[in-house]
Amino acid sequence: MEPFKFIRAQDNNNAIAAAAVADAKFIAGGTNIIDLMKLNIEKPHQVVDINALKLDKIETLSNGTIRIGALVKNSDLAYHPNISKNYPVLSEALLSGASAQLRNMASVGGNLLQRTRCPYFYDTSYPCNKREPGSGCSAINGYNRNNAVLGTSDKCIATHPSDMCVAMAALGAIIHVQGAKGMRSIPFADFHLLPGKTPSIETTLKHGELITAVDIPVMSFAVKSHYLKVRDRASYEFALASAAVVLDVQGGRIQHARVALGGVGTKPWRSTVAEKVLTGALNNEQTYRTAAEAALSAAKPYTHNAFKIELAKRTLVRALTTVGGMS
Amino acid sequence: MNELVGKPVDRVDGRLKVTGTANYSAEYYPKNVAYGVIVESTIAKGRIKNIDITTAGKAPGVINIMTYKNSMNLHFPQSSDPGGGKYAEKDLLPLQNDRIFYGGQAIAVVIAETFEQAEQAAMLVTADYEKDKPVFDLEKNVEKAYKPVAGLGGSQIQMTRGNTEAALQNASVKLEETYTTPVYHHNAMEPHATTAEWNGDQLMIYDATQSVMGSKNLMAAMLGVEPEKVRLVALFIGGGFGSKGFSWPNTVLTAMAAKLVNRPVKLVLKRQQMFTNAGRRTQTIQKISLGTDNTGKLNAIKHATTSESSFVDEFVEPAGVATAMLYSCANADINHSLVRLNKGTPCPTRAPGEAPGTYAIEAAMDELAYKLNMDPIQLRLVNYNEKDEQKNQQFSSKNLKECYQRGADAIGWAQRNPKPGSIREGNYLVGYGMATATYPANRSASTAKAVLFPDGHAEILCGTQDIGTGTYTIMTQVAADALGLPIEKVKVKLGDSSYPKGANSGGSQVSASVGPAIRAAALGAKSKLVKMAIADAGSPLHGQKEETIIADNGQLHLINQPDKGETYSAILNRHGLDKIEVLATTNVSTRQQQEANPAAKTGAEAQAAQESKSNPAVQEDEHTDRKPYSFHSFGAQFVKLRVDAQLGTVHIDKIVSVMDVGKVMNLKTAKNQIMGGAIFGIGMALMEETAYDPNDGRVVTRDLAQYLVPVHADMPEFDIQFIDKPDTIISPIGARGIGEIGITGITAAIVNAIYHATGKRVRNLPVTPDKLL
Repeated sequence: MEPFKFIRAQDNNNAIAAAAVADAKFIAGGTNIIDLMKLNIEKPHQVVDINALKLDKIETLSNGTIRIGALVKNSDLAYHPNISKNYPVLSEALLSGASAQLRNMASVGGNLLQRTRCPYFYDTSYPCNKREPGSGCSAINGYNRNNAVLGTSDKCIATHPSDMCVAMAALGAIIHVQGAKGMRSIPFADFHLLPGKTPSIETTLKHGELITAVDIPVMSFAVKSHYLKVRDRASYEFALASAAVVLDVQGGRIQHARVALGGVGTKPWRSTVAEKVLTGALNNEQTYRTAAEAALSAAKPYTHNAFKIELAKRTLVRALTTVGGMS
Repeated sequence: MNELVGKPVDRVDGRLKVTGTANYSAEYYPKNVAYGVIVESTIAKGRIKNIDITTAGKAPGVINIMTYKNSMNLHFPQSSDPGGGKYAEKDLLPLQNDRIFYGGQAIAVVIAETFEQAEQAAMLVTADYEKDKPVFDLEKNVEKAYKPVAGLGGSQIQMTRGNTEAALQNASVKLEETYTTPVYHHNAMEPHATTAEWNGDQLMIYDATQSVMGSKNLMAAMLGVEPEKVRLVALFIGGGFGSKGFSWPNTVLTAMAAKLVNRPVKLVLKRQQMFTNAGRRTQTIQKISLGTDNTGKLNAIKHATTSESSFVDEFVEPAGVATAMLYSCANADINHSLVRLNKGTPCPTRAPGEAPGTYAIEAAMDELAYKLNMDPIQLRLVNYNEKDEQKNQQFSSKNLKECYQRGADAIGWAQRNPKPGSIREGNYLVGYGMATATYPANRSASTAKAVLFPDGHAEILCGTQDIGTGTYTIMTQVAADALGLPIEKVKVKLGDSSYPKGANSGGSQVSASVGPAIRAAALGAKSKLVKMAIADAGSPLHGQKEETIIADNGQLHLINQPDKGETYSAILNRHGLDKIEVLATTNVSTRQQQEANPAAKTGAEAQAAQESKSNPAVQEDEHTDRKPYSFHSFGAQFVKLRVDAQLGTVHIDKIVSVMDVGKVMNLKTAKNQIMGGAIFGIGMALMEETAYDPNDGRVVTRDLAQYLVPVHADMPEFDIQFIDKPDTIISPIGARGIGEIGITGITAAIVNAIYHATGKRVRNLPVTPDKLL
C-alpha cells in the first residue's frame, strides 16, 4: 500500500473540493478499495472519507420514487420494508452478495463502483489493460472460467461483479451525482461502460464527482420480481450467472418485462432483446426459452467459460418461470 | 474414580483462543523487532540476470534487503532421524543462487521498521530474468513420468501381489476408468509465521510448525548452529493440514534476516504466498482397473497414480497405498509415477494419499456395483477382508461392518430407490452415496515429563504441539486420569523444543504416540509418590502394599478404607520436596523401518530411557507383540444430497460418518476432527481447485476469493458416530489417531450420491455446476 493523505469531509462541497486533486479517491464502506490499495492496484494519494456526509437516508418522494442515499448500507437497503415488499428483486440481489459483515459496511454508491474480480486484475505481476492501460489482457488467452461472455472486447473480458447493479439495471434506476460544476442525473444504462478499447474507464462518472443518491422509479408490477444467482458455493461468492427479472403478467400474457443478467457481462447486463421477446408474448416456458436464447445470442465464449452461455440461459428461464408463476 | 478420557471435555485452551490471548507465532513482539516481507519470482523457470533494489532500498523505513548476493550461506540439512524434520525442497535452499525453479520462488526479503514499509518496499524490488520455457502442465507431460523408488520416509509405494494383468484378462466383469483431482492448497487460517531473535550465537524462534523438534533441528543444521543453541516455540498453531509439516523458506529466511540486520525479525506469509511458498496437494491422475467374477468377488485391483513433483525435491502423493489393503483380492498392482514440473514441491495434505486415493477407488467401486447390479454396500461386504493381504498381517482391530450398518441405518439407505435419477423433488434430483473411509494408525517414539508440585498441581511437558486439534485437552485428560487429579490441577505444556522430544503432528499420530508417554510419566510420578508414603513412618499409609492404594482427587488412600490416606501435598511437604519429576519414553513405532534404527539418545532422552526401564507402564507397552499386526482405522461415509436438475448446483443435506478409530479420547474434539475432515471433503468434491495460468504456469487463484472453500451455507446436517472400541494392540490408551480419516471416503460418497441423483458420473474433480449441465 502506498502512503496516502486521509481527509475526513464534512459535507458534499467539502468532499468534492478535496477529491478534485489527481490521485484522489472517496472512501465510504471501504470493502473494495482497501483491498485494492493493499495490493497496490488502487494507489490514491489522497483518500477522502465521506462517511460524515448526510447521504444515508432512504426516502419516498411525492411521486413514489424511492431515493436511496449513496451512503445507505447494502443491508439497510435490502431490509427496508418498501424495498423488500415492492422491489424484492433488489432486496434479493443485495442479500445474495458478499457476506453479512460486508453488506453491513458496503455502501450503495460504493457498490456501483465495485471493480472486477478478474484474477489478473488482482495480480500486479500480470499485464492487465484495466489496471495498466496498454499492457495487454492476460485473461483472454489465460484462465478465464469466471470471465464475461457478453460485452467483451479484444482488450478486456473482465466480469462486472455486482449483484445489486443487476437488479438496478432491471429497475431502470437513476444515479444522481454532484461535481464541481453542479449536479446531474445519469440513467443506469448509461452509467457503466463497455470495456471497448479503454477498459480502465469503467463509468461515465467524472473525476471528482460524488454519487449522492440512486432513484428507483415507481414500478408497480415490480412486486412480482426475483433475483436468482448461481455460483460455485452457496454463499459468499460471485455469480457464475445471475438473472434479475420483473414481469407484469395479465390474462396469460406478459404486459411488461424487465430482464438483466449478472456474472456474464462486462457491465450489469440489461437485456432489452429478451424484454422485447417477452413483452406481449404468452406467459409460458416456450417464451422464456426464446427470451433466454435472445439474451445470450451475442455471447462469445472463451477457453474456460463457454458453459456460462448455457448456464445463463437456464438461470434466466428459471427466474422467469419463478416470476411468471407468481399469483 | 471418574475417568476423564472419553468425555466431551471442553478445550482447556478454548477461553484463551476466543479471547485472543493465545499467542500465535506472529504475536510475539521482541524489543526492536523488524519486519520482513518476501519478494517472489514472477517467472517459473530461468535465472535472475539482475535484481534491482535501489528504489526499494531508499523507501521509507527499509533497513536492508536480503538477496542471494548478501545472504548467509546455508548448509544442506541431512537428517535420517524421522522426527528430525524435513526441509521441503532439499535442492533449493532459499536465496543461495540466481536460479529459478518455479513461479513465486523467494528472490529477496525486504526488512523494514514496520510491516507496511516492508510490504511497500517489496513491491519496488524489480528483477530482470533470463527466462527458460517452464514445464507445468501434468496432463500434457505424462510421457515424462518416472517411477520413484519410495515415498516419504522410505515408505513403500510400488506394490504387487499375484498376477494382476492375467486376472484382469480373465475377469467376468471389468471396470477401467481414470479419475483426476486438481491441485489443492491447504489454506490454514493462520499463515506461516516466524519471529526470530539471535542472542549471540543463541537463536530463539517462534514458528508456526507441526513439528517444533523437527523445525528446531532443521534450523540448527541449515544455519550451522549447535542444536542446543536453538530453541523453537509454537504454543498455538492455527491449523497446518500438512503445510506446516515440512519446513518452508519463510522460517529459515526469518533467522537469516535477523542475523543480517542484527535485530529480531518477524516474517508472515501473505495469503497469496501460501499458494506458492508453502506446499500444496499435487494434481493426480488415477487409473483404476477392477476385475470380478459374476458374484462381484474381486480378483484384480490395479491403481496407477501419476502426480507431480518439482525439480528440487521428490514428493509422492501415495494415492494407491490404501487400495493395497482395503479389500480382499488375490491380485493387486499399486504403482505411482511422478512428473517433475516447474512448480514448488508438493507436500502432505490432510490424509496425503488416502484423500485423493479413496476418492478414486471408492468411486470406482460404486461404478462397479452399478455395473454388477449390486448394492454398493453389498459389493464391499462380498470383498470384506479381516487381514491386510499386502502385508499378510491381521488388523489390530477392525469393525468396519458395524460402520456400514450403522451408517446405512442413519441415512435411510435401505429405503431409497437405488435407480439413478429416480428421486425427484421439485427442481431437485435427490441422491444417496456411500464410501469406505480408511487411514493408517501411526505411532512413533515419544518422551514426556510429569512433575508434581507441593501445592497439589501437576505439569506435563512434551515437545509435541497442538495444531488446533485438541491435543492440549486430550493430554490433560490422560494425565489427570493417570495422576488421580482433577482436570484443573493439571497443566499440559507443549510446543517448545526445550521439552522432552514428542512426536510431530503428522500422520494422525500424536494421540497414539504422545498419549502413552504422558500416561507412563504420570503413572510413574504417582507410583513414586505411593512408594514414598509407604516408606514413610509419618504417613498413614506407612507399610501398606502399593496395590492396595489408589489415587483420587489429589489424595492417596486405601482402596478399602477411603478415610485412611493423605494428600499429595502432605507427602511432598513432609519430605521438603519442591517437586517430584518423572521422565518416560515409549519407543514404539508402527512403521517398522523406524523401529530398527532409533535415534541416538542424549541428555534428557537418555535419562528418560534409563528411568523407563523401571516404569511398568512403559515396559508393558514396549513388550506388547505388534509384529503380527497391521494398524489401520476404518469408517463408513454416507451422503444424502440434492442436485438442481437444470442449474447443476449441489446441496448436501446430510452426512453420516461412522468411524472405527479405537478408543475415542474426547467425544467433542473427536467429532470436531471428523466434521472438519468431512468439510474438507465437501471442498474437494464440489469447489476447491487451484488454477494455473496456461501460458506461464503461475498460480492464478491466489486468495480465498478465488480459491473457494466451503462456507456455512454449504453445510449439511452432520451425524458423526464412533464405534469406540479400544485398540489394545496399538497402545495402552487404545486410541488410533483421527485427524485425517474424516476426509477419506467422503469425496467419493459425494460424487457417488451425485451419480445416484443424476445418472451423471463426473470423474474429474471438483464437480462444479458446469460439469452437471
